[in-house]
Amino acid sequence: MSVKTPSRLEKVLDSGQLAVTSECGPPRGSDPEAITRKAEMIKEHVDAINITDNQTSVTRLSSLASCIHLKLMGLEPILQMVVRDRNRIALQSDILGAASFDIHNILCLSGDHQTFGDSPQGQNVFDLDSMQLIQTVRLMRDEGKFLGGDPIKRPPAMFVGAAANPFADPFEIRVPRLAKKIAAGVEFIQTQCIYNLDKFELWMKQARDRGLHEKVYILAGVTPFKSAGMAKYMKNRVPGMDVPDEVVKRMAGVPKEKQAQEGINICVETIQRLKELEGVSGFHIMAIEWEEKVPEIVERSGLYPRPKDL
Amino acid sequence: MIVANKKPIEEIIEMVKGYRKILIAGCNECVTVCEAGGKKEVGVLASSMRMFFMNEGLKTEIDEITLERQCDHEYLEELRNSIDQYEAVVSLACGVGVQFMAEKYFATHVYPGVNTCFMGVTEERGVWSERCQGCGKCILDRTAGICPISRCAKRLLNGPCGGSTKGKCEISKDLDCAWQLIIDRLKELGRLDEYEEIAPIKDWSTERAGGPRKVVREDVRQ
Amino acid sequence: MPCTGKVDLLHILRAFERGADGVYVVGCMEGDCRFDRGNLRARKRVEQAKAILDKVGVGGERVKMFNLSSGEGPRFAEYAVEMTKKITEMGPNPIKEAMGKAA
Repeated sequence: MSVKTPSRLEKVLDSGQLAVTSECGPPRGSDPEAITRKAEMIKEHVDAINITDNQTSVTRLSSLASCIHLKLMGLEPILQMVVRDRNRIALQSDILGAASFDIHNILCLSGDHQTFGDSPQGQNVFDLDSMQLIQTVRLMRDEGKFLGGDPIKRPPAMFVGAAANPFADPFEIRVPRLAKKIAAGVEFIQTQCIYNLDKFELWMKQARDRGLHEKVYILAGVTPFKSAGMAKYMKNRVPGMDVPDEVVKRMAGVPKEKQAQEGINICVETIQRLKELEGVSGFHIMAIEWEEKVPEIVERSGLYPRPKDL
Repeated sequence: MIVANKKPIEEIIEMVKGYRKILIAGCNECVTVCEAGGKKEVGVLASSMRMFFMNEGLKTEIDEITLERQCDHEYLEELRNSIDQYEAVVSLACGVGVQFMAEKYFATHVYPGVNTCFMGVTEERGVWSERCQGCGKCILDRTAGICPISRCAKRLLNGPCGGSTKGKCEISKDLDCAWQLIIDRLKELGRLDEYEEIAPIKDWSTERAGGPRKVVREDVRQ
Repeated sequence: MPCTGKVDLLHILRAFERGADGVYVVGCMEGDCRFDRGNLRARKRVEQAKAILDKVGVGGERVKMFNLSSGEGPRFAEYAVEMTKKITEMGPNPIKEAMGKAA
């Protein structure tokens, strides 16, 4: 495969090396220091950084503005874009806005329903769904056209990604859904964080059986537990999350002051096991509000240093 | 049918407490079926309001009528000769009927007595749920007869999202995941391969977004 | 009436509208309804009436449902006494007084 965009992430993946991405959540205010500080902590240990888009429907500094701040720091952002809050005009417009700052990575998402966040009385949009957003970015990039058909001056050169959740229901269509996103034009996938390795390996096997691992780069998502409480919360309260009992037991079986470290250990072990899994092209480390641990996780997993000359 | 829910009595009283001669007008169709605005509900509301006004020492005349429908000229015309005697009308019809009454009787104060909710079905007595949002371009042929626009909280045309859990929507355990229902039915019908067809971007111009809608049938117009 | 299931919400409300001080509905023991669930329907309607009567200032306490079996004559009398006592304590239906003042 040869690269289609100037994306650094695409270059790393194309070179056959395991890629590493992580994410930063923007602040609930207008001070960009929160993003720049988090980015500083992880920049040497990742190839690209996701900026979440009003995650869980909680209003925050926009993903696009945050990505621009990263770009101005000389870093590689991944623009997360949900279809919950913007119609097709705004979506295309923001894509061009990102492209005007030479942001080369986008992750096309549905978005959590607004009832979860700080504006449950608000409207939602869903003019397009995430599948159709993937198609839209590809249309804009490869044909240089707006959805309406008019030509785009300086089309966006974006590497197109999406999310996959092998742990959501119904399981039987999770691989067909991956196939669907590939048909829509997705080029890289970041999965929901993995704790149930058996289930993930099963999903991966089904994907390989259909040859999908050769059509898309799959980055396995991992999140370290900070505490046994966090493990229990994610097991019981987060939709689409699969945390096996053994993992919760392991966290709870360790004294409180040692739980954070155990969470990191589990994370590193997960990465090391998945490095051996055919079809895994890299890792997406989501250490929300714990970004300072990313360097340790990357180093202990044998993924440091990151490739420099590509 | 159109499903509506009674407005709380206090809210209705607040709207009309300044009037001394009021007509409560029900409707014999949808709001009767969903027990929000039929003859019985008119009677209950009228009796309740009479007691309230009496208790306040405000002599108020409250009359009752239930029309066949409030969305057709013929039935609303039945009020032509009697409506001027009333200072206000509380219509228990759906929002359509309330408006049509207000249009027809331009000089009459018309107030809504129900909250109009959606187009839906009677699952069982006392339980009604949404099925259609009137998008103007039906796609039920492609989704095994289950509508993702009205039954998916995110109206995803290529669902499900990553929040679908055990057949339920991420926003509520009481809400079925529309895409689980679609997949189950496609499986039952031996059409699961259709799942991988990508549904194209929807033309929303026939829906609310395109502006207030009208259907004109020249072939039946007189 | 053959069964409290025939009691309509409107019957209860109209009674108070016309100045009744109290209404009590006496039905069969729950589970023993001759017509299967009539007394359960009645209970729901009594609950609705209570809510409305509270909202319009008459007082939901003025309506109550009692359950007993047809052979329990003394208990029937007991309930009648209980209800009468309560209503007497509550005083007359406030509507009567209010309308008296307004007239």
